[in-house]
Amino acid sequence: MSETSQNRWTRWAISAPPTLFLLAFFLVPALIVVLASFQFPGEFGGLAPLTDPGDGREHGFTLENYQFFSSDFLFTEIFLRSFLVASAATLICLLMAYPVAWLIAKSPKQRRDFLVLLVILPFASNFLIRVYAWMIILGPQAALARLINGVLATFGLEPVSLLFSPFAVLVGMVYVHLPFMILPLYTNLEKHDPVWLDAAEDLGANAWQRFWRVTWPLSLPGVFSGSALVFIPVLGMFAIPDILGGTRDMLIGNLIKDQFLGVRDWPFGATLSIILTLCVLLLAALASWAGRVRRGAS
Amino acid sequence: MALLEIRNITRRFGEFEAVKDVSFSVESGEFFTLLGPSGCGKTTILRMIAGFDLPDAGQILLDGRDLATTPAEKRPIHTVFQSYALFPHLTVGQNVAFPLRMAGINPGEIRRRVRETLAQVHLDELAEHFPHEISGGQKQRVALARGLVNRPRLLLLDEPLGALDLKLREEMQLELIKLQREVGVTFVFVTHAQPEALALSHRIAVMNQGRVEQLDIPARIYSFPHNRFVADFIGNCNLLQVSVLENREGNLRLAVAGLGEILAAAVADAKPGDLGVLALRPEQIRIGAVDSTASAANSFAGKVRDYLYVGDVTTYQVTLDNGYELTSLRANDTAGRARFFELGDRVRVSWPVEAGHYVRD
Repeated sequence: MSETSQNRWTRWAISAPPTLFLLAFFLVPALIVVLASFQFPGEFGGLAPLTDPGDGREHGFTLENYQFFSSDFLFTEIFLRSFLVASAATLICLLMAYPVAWLIAKSPKQRRDFLVLLVILPFASNFLIRVYAWMIILGPQAALARLINGVLATFGLEPVSLLFSPFAVLVGMVYVHLPFMILPLYTNLEKHDPVWLDAAEDLGANAWQRFWRVTWPLSLPGVFSGSALVFIPVLGMFAIPDILGGTRDMLIGNLIKDQFLGVRDWPFGATLSIILTLCVLLLAALASWAGRVRRGAS
Repeated sequence: MALLEIRNITRRFGEFEAVKDVSFSVESGEFFTLLGPSGCGKTTILRMIAGFDLPDAGQILLDGRDLATTPAEKRPIHTVFQSYALFPHLTVGQNVAFPLRMAGINPGEIRRRVRETLAQVHLDELAEHFPHEISGGQKQRVALARGLVNRPRLLLLDEPLGALDLKLREEMQLELIKLQREVGVTFVFVTHAQPEALALSHRIAVMNQGRVEQLDIPARIYSFPHNRFVADFIGNCNLLQVSVLENREGNLRLAVAGLGEILAAAVADAKPGDLGVLALRPEQIRIGAVDSTASAANSFAGKVRDYLYVGDVTTYQVTLDNGYELTSLRANDTAGRARFFELGDRVRVSWPVEAGHYVRD
């Protein structure tokens, strides 16, 4: 056996298991979802048959689900609200994570691993439990709500409810996803050669210019991967709005979950999933296109 | 008034004194070199001039003004870093434009000056390339162009040729000299490579353990080292342990342990009984066949123990009959000739009275 063909065989042997796994458990289910979005719902959930069962029930393929989506602006509104919440959560995460990541990257080498450990420590407990903890923290009897409402009362204002509000949803989203922003940013910032900042300073850049002209542009890959790791999960998240949000704070995640588990309209749930996926892919394409244009123009 | 004046600066890191009471001044237009082994404090001095570090004592003056309260970004001093420190997200042109943009110069002027400076370092073609797309030598030129583009009062160069291979390094040395003459910017150059320092500098400060051991023009540093360290550090040198026997009539009679008596040129302050070293360059020691008549004052017979052929010259390790070892060098001035003597050949080494340089310990 020649060495190259042996290499090829090794490559196949290594890549085959994950490839097969992804084919079986990602690509095939994804295709089923695409197919489902063009079908009728079954009587008690599930899907209607593709061939005529002979009893006058709906069967075969249809565009009805997509028509239903566009018929009611409510769905688009939920989409827009979800994108707004995801954007806000991503931005807040970025603003909070950047200084943390920067401080970890700047701290002495021996301490960095410990600080990173602190960042990922919350993963040690189940995230639902941690979200329930926020129910207590934000609850009306908790110190936080009392303090705020106390202050409001002195100005003669009505008390507010922190829990079951868009605010609580945002707090939960940011809290859960913050490490996903810190880690890629840290990984990026840690690789920055301190001599770049020395050079910038030497060449006349003040602290502000050193950040915006050197650190920030060089950290963009970290910013992008962190943002993707926060934005996309937040977009599909249903547990946090379920627990911390009010009835009017429904997001796409909740809507899709309800289609499958509540209303039992699988095809419409599938349709919503497909539209959501397409939106995310479109955003990703736009981002990469914008990145290319930026680099080309500069 | 000197352009740059270093007055009694000291820098401590904990217990360790990296720079000990160093003073020197650099004239405008000069190519000044800080030369010394690693850890001698030369880079620390450079960082203090650039403004990345402050001396614990002493002053650094530029045009007579104390720089103590001027941060690095405000000093009209640029640095060419050892690792070049090019900004990886900017093209060659944008890297060179960086100091001009920071200075708030208008875009048209920036374009003109970037083009002009890139032409000076022969990089006009590469303006659109990113640093990772160009070679080490080209990066070096970009760093130079970036440092020179807005005409600093002083350009600091921290071992800038250290990462280049020998051929390229020699090319860049010639170019550095030419460039410095063209732009007229004062260079303060830091290196541990003594041939580089000798080749490039107008003046050299030889440093060791935080102190300046000798500050002079290259030829005097090479020929008249102030002490054993300088003699040993600069070039190859035979260092003969001597004690002074007599100092008169323009001659110094010296006793060399294990060799015998030799004669050297007199120095004013040598008294009988003084201990010191005689620095004798290999190229000052003539090597010839043992039966050649030696007219020189100092002449000894011996045997070739070893030789090292480096192309233009061959160095010979000679063991004298009394066991003493000397290194001599002879140019291979005959084509095809790699050496004049073989291992074990009987030879005679000799040097004139004025050849050696006596240094008191």
